[in-house]
Amino acid sequence: MVSARKSERLMNLVICLLVARTYVPKARIREVVEGYRDQSEDAFEKMFERDKEALKELGLPIELGYNDKAFEDEPGYRIKRSEFELPPVMLEADEAAVVGLAARVWQHARLAEATSSALVKLRAAGVEVDAQALAVVEPQVAADEPAFGPMWDAVVGRTPVAFEHRRGGATDSMTRHLEPWGIVSSRGHWYVVGYDRDRAAERMFRLSRVVGDVVPIGRPGSYKVPDATNIRELAGQLAPPEPTSKAVLRLREGAGYRLRRRALSVRPDGAGWDLADVPYTSAEALAEEVVPLGPDALVIEPGAVRSAVVRRLRILAGRTP
Amino acid sequence: MSGAAEQVRRLLALVPYLQEREGVHVQQVAADFGVPAATIIRDLKVLWYCGLPGSMPGDLIEVDMEALDGDGVIHLDNADYLARPLRLDPQEAVALIVALRTLREVCGAAERDAVDRSLSKLESAAGDSAGAAEQVEVKIQPSDPAIADTVNAALSANRRLHLTYYVPARDQTTERDVDPMRLVVAEGQTYLEGWCYRADETRLFRLDRIHSVTMLDVTASPPSRATFRDLSGGLFQASPDDLLATLELSPLARWVGDYYPMESVEEAPEGRLRVSLRAGDPQWLRRLVLRLGGEARVISPDELAGQVQADAAAALAAYEQ
Repeated sequence: MVSARKSERLMNLVICLLVARTYVPKARIREVVEGYRDQSEDAFEKMFERDKEALKELGLPIELGYNDKAFEDEPGYRIKRSEFELPPVMLEADEAAVVGLAARVWQHARLAEATSSALVKLRAAGVEVDAQALAVVEPQVAADEPAFGPMWDAVVGRTPVAFEHRRGGATDSMTRHLEPWGIVSSRGHWYVVGYDRDRAAERMFRLSRVVGDVVPIGRPGSYKVPDATNIRELAGQLAPPEPTSKAVLRLREGAGYRLRRRALSVRPDGAGWDLADVPYTSAEALAEEVVPLGPDALVIEPGAVRSAVVRRLRILAGRTP
Repeated sequence: MSGAAEQVRRLLALVPYLQEREGVHVQQVAADFGVPAATIIRDLKVLWYCGLPGSMPGDLIEVDMEALDGDGVIHLDNADYLARPLRLDPQEAVALIVALRTLREVCGAAERDAVDRSLSKLESAAGDSAGAAEQVEVKIQPSDPAIADTVNAALSANRRLHLTYYVPARDQTTERDVDPMRLVVAEGQTYLEGWCYRADETRLFRLDRIHSVTMLDVTASPPSRATFRDLSGGLFQASPDDLLATLELSPLARWVGDYYPMESVEEAPEGRLRVSLRAGDPQWLRRLVLRLGGEARVISPDELAGQVQADAAAALAAYEQ
């Protein structure tokens, strides 16, 4: 059950510090804010400290200052309006409509909540946002990785972290110490990019391979993040590199759609067959695409791709490699 | 965050909200704040005791409790000093901005313009809080702009589409008429959801697998039984009728366990992984095992193991001639 008394006290404290023209001394706060008066000196001190902390967390920083330093006046408190008020935001109807749609994008409980509370603030500022409207575009971004929440916080707060990470194909994990720069979603998987303190270099880690907790190992804001283009560039390494070689494949008519689509040329090669020149990056990766076509595809050249395919086929056919 | 802090966070938005909307109905407020009406009523009872320091009768915030009890409408007065909501905090600002940028990647040209305008307004209102949005990137696989434009145009004009669509499990292109219902983005890919007259059910078509698309001179009229797929459980939802297969993955193929939805995953000796998965189309499983080129062993069913071996043997014959 929510303590109505505590909510009242916090609200009255906010109003008191907000409307004051000068810094309000602690003794005055104790006198005028309902809920402090009947506390012992000691209890009041503790309560006031906790309340200040609670308001700071809500985004209401309390400033400590002197009304007139020359007189060595006792210090007082106030909240500066310009520090916490949302500046005016006017959204046209079509702008408010897309903001309503955006509120449905996150399929992650905490981020969905963050978008909803942003919408509440916009509504409080007078913007009419409908988050239920039927739409013909419905993008969804999920984040099922348990490490996503803490890593998101570390990225947004610029907090160095330590975590256990298991490399692809490995069964044991290693402890990593990272200054996270950014968080990237690619093909439905989340990755964190940052400065790896152990290797003194930029690194990228897949969040589904983070095992256990993500532990902060320093203060928020304790390192610098390179500008956005660097993060994008690093993330760009997630995309496959440009092909540099060319293979000649014999494809049965109608088969190998994807290979044909990126082929440089396709020409008939006898009844029911075509020859295709297909660009590729690695022989192994091309073999992965050719083998599933079974007897509908044959590699003519180069030898490296041919032997990668033959090696796979021999294992699959149950022959000794 | 404690219950009281949560309530104060809401109150700090509620007070300006109610001043913007004199006489708003409590149900509307509850919907906009995403809480039950009883919570809003409890909030108003707290505000009843809040106001300017001094606690003189005229100092308190006024809430017309009679109008609330009688007509369910809210009149709030005497709170001019709380006319603006709090700024967006970094979590809120980043979550909303990233959601809008994701929407931008897939919506039609008209909405894209609205997204751009609202982004620039929100970024400037959020100020420093928006900074970390540069550290988050959601990559959506690009699709052919000509195809995306036609699909978007058909959605807004409510017209039927003719698709030439590639089905990778069968390595075939298919011809079909589809009444478009919406565009969804999930796991980094864009899909057209629509009523397919060939399958006689609602289907998802990945945009990058649409080979060509034509807008027909026919109004889209999906039957009433055409309903949106519930995507909350992920894109691929196995049905109990689907073929169940068990594979043993070598360390090099362990990624399969992360990548596709699994019925069960178990560690096996020497870093291998034993997984069970379902597939609506047995051809898909056959191609997956071929693609893994011996890094996956079929434990069951025997027919799958037999098919893979036969495919590989037939393909190998062409190399051994």
